[in-house]
Amino acid sequence: MATDLRLAIPVTRTALRLGDDAVAWAMVTPALVLMLTLYVYPIFQVLAISVTEPKPGLANYGELFDSGAIQRVLWTTARICIVTTAIAVLLGYVVSYVMTAGSERLQRTVLAIVVLPLWISALVRAFAWVVLLRREGIVNTALQSLGLVHAPVALVWNDVGVTIGMVHYMLPYAILPLYANMRDIDRRCITAARGLGASRLQAFRRIFLPLSLPGIVAATALVLVYSLGFFIIPAILGGGKTLMIAEYVWLQISELLNWGRGTMLAVALLATVFALLGAVTWLVGAKRLFGGGSHD
Amino acid sequence: MGSFLSLDGLTKRYGPSTVVDGISFGVERGQFLTLLGPSGSGKTTLLMMIAGFVPPSAGEIHLDGRTITKAPPDKRNFGMVFQGYALFPHLTVEENVAFSLSVRGRPTTEIRTRVKHVLDMVQLSHLAARLPKQLSGGQQQRVAIARALAFDPDLLLLDEPLSALDKKLRLGMQEELRSLHQRIGTTFICVTHDQDEALSLSDQIAVLRDGKLVQLDAPQRLYDAPRSRFVADFLGCDNFLDGIVTDVGDDRFRYRCGGETFVQAAPGGMVRQGEPVLLALRPEKIRIGTAPADDLPNRLQGAVVGASYTGTHHRTTVDVGAGTRLLVAVPAAEVTVPLSVGALVWLGWTADATVAVYGD
Repeated sequence: MATDLRLAIPVTRTALRLGDDAVAWAMVTPALVLMLTLYVYPIFQVLAISVTEPKPGLANYGELFDSGAIQRVLWTTARICIVTTAIAVLLGYVVSYVMTAGSERLQRTVLAIVVLPLWISALVRAFAWVVLLRREGIVNTALQSLGLVHAPVALVWNDVGVTIGMVHYMLPYAILPLYANMRDIDRRCITAARGLGASRLQAFRRIFLPLSLPGIVAATALVLVYSLGFFIIPAILGGGKTLMIAEYVWLQISELLNWGRGTMLAVALLATVFALLGAVTWLVGAKRLFGGGSHD
Repeated sequence: MGSFLSLDGLTKRYGPSTVVDGISFGVERGQFLTLLGPSGSGKTTLLMMIAGFVPPSAGEIHLDGRTITKAPPDKRNFGMVFQGYALFPHLTVEENVAFSLSVRGRPTTEIRTRVKHVLDMVQLSHLAARLPKQLSGGQQQRVAIARALAFDPDLLLLDEPLSALDKKLRLGMQEELRSLHQRIGTTFICVTHDQDEALSLSDQIAVLRDGKLVQLDAPQRLYDAPRSRFVADFLGCDNFLDGIVTDVGDDRFRYRCGGETFVQAAPGGMVRQGEPVLLALRPEKIRIGTAPADDLPNRLQGAVVGASYTGTHHRTTVDVGAGTRLLVAVPAAEVTVPLSVGALVWLGWTADATVAVYGD
């Protein structure tokens, strides 16, 4: 009886596995077709246009190096993205640190508060910031009535406004990878460091900080990549004065009908994002970046 | 007080519950003391208070005449081996061991010689460049000990140091810990819930129950003369006889239990006639046979109701009437009678096999 069973199992298993493969392919195919026709194909179209309009060649890409307007946009984009990323990761680090040090209940509560804004449209949030930050907005009114400033401060339709809006939007993307990383850090290591004679600061700097480095790298990459192509918030809070690359691409294509230049910038953006992700993946490993914790 | 480390009424309360309740005792320099108790007895909290990670609600800790109750953990100069070791995963074995010295700002050459010395001591020099996750459990354990000893601490605290190891490795590590303790002469305080570990490692064992110290004694004394039912039970005594003292002699007394009369050797002689008495009887001190043994003063007939084999012993449960069951452990090599369920057997024990215990 027992021998019979043992003989029967491998046969059934092989038969099942073949069936499983077929089922898996059947389930994946619709998504695959959709991706290829609606995503991969258009991207190759964009790539093709960038080297064929207005005439075949790499002339469009040359503009990256000799067009003053484009370089200004690239510089603005880089500047705002770097500042946004730095602030978002720093704030995210503090929030995650407090979360992981707190009770299970505090963690759940804060996590809910962190994730909640993700369900609110970026458009709504951008306009909400305009209302708060404009000359007669609540922030300026408060600053003036407190006597901190005498005239309204320009908080919107410039770099400051865009950065505030973007940091707000990016915070969850900074917190989530940091939180996931820090939750995996064995807190007894900190206790152990203290027991071995390290001060609080030494324990943090020599043990906690290095252990949270993968989280910092992941959060930085995620926020930076997301910021680079950001459109709605810079468009609304920048008010046309602070011009970032995504808005510039949109301008080229829908206002100026300059498809060659627009697609070239889109491709350049895509290449930058891939290069960044590649570098980070090489640095910390894809498993850590996209979840899976630090357990090997 | 003369002790090297002394605890004076140490108490820890969390809200309404008292986890450690007024514990006082002293530890001599160079001693190996074990805090033994079931989970929830407060032994780990007590250790954490000694280490400085948990502030006491009341009481004082003195080390070598100084009061250290409020000193932060990094100022106490105590080495600690954590449960699960808590090695720094991003540092190599060498860097783990060097950590305590480098945060103290010791010169590099001194750190290098000291680390080498400590790693030699635990025989891990050849693995100095490895990361903790590349080591086996036993090796990680030795790194944790080396790390805790690197800065020559006044006291080594160990929290369930062997609980993560499998049985065979655990016995080997017990041996190593003992010899390490003898070689370096540092005072060790170890927390465990494993009575065999406590008995084989310690000079002194402090048994804790519900946050209170119930007995502090050398292992042999604790084993042979438990003062309460709890201690006897915790140290592997499974049989208790509830009796009434019938008459008291010079060095022994008689008591009645379940209609039978037994003899108990009582070197202390603390009982009086007519008083209830509780006697602890270890399973391995009972002799089992098919006929009553003439050389034993205490004899009893019963029927085998359960039998299990543990490899070294046959553990046999015998019903001796009136609902009383005795557990008998017979060494596997000495089984001469059939011990199957239903067999009628005679049990017997000497007058000094049992020990009178007082209180719970």
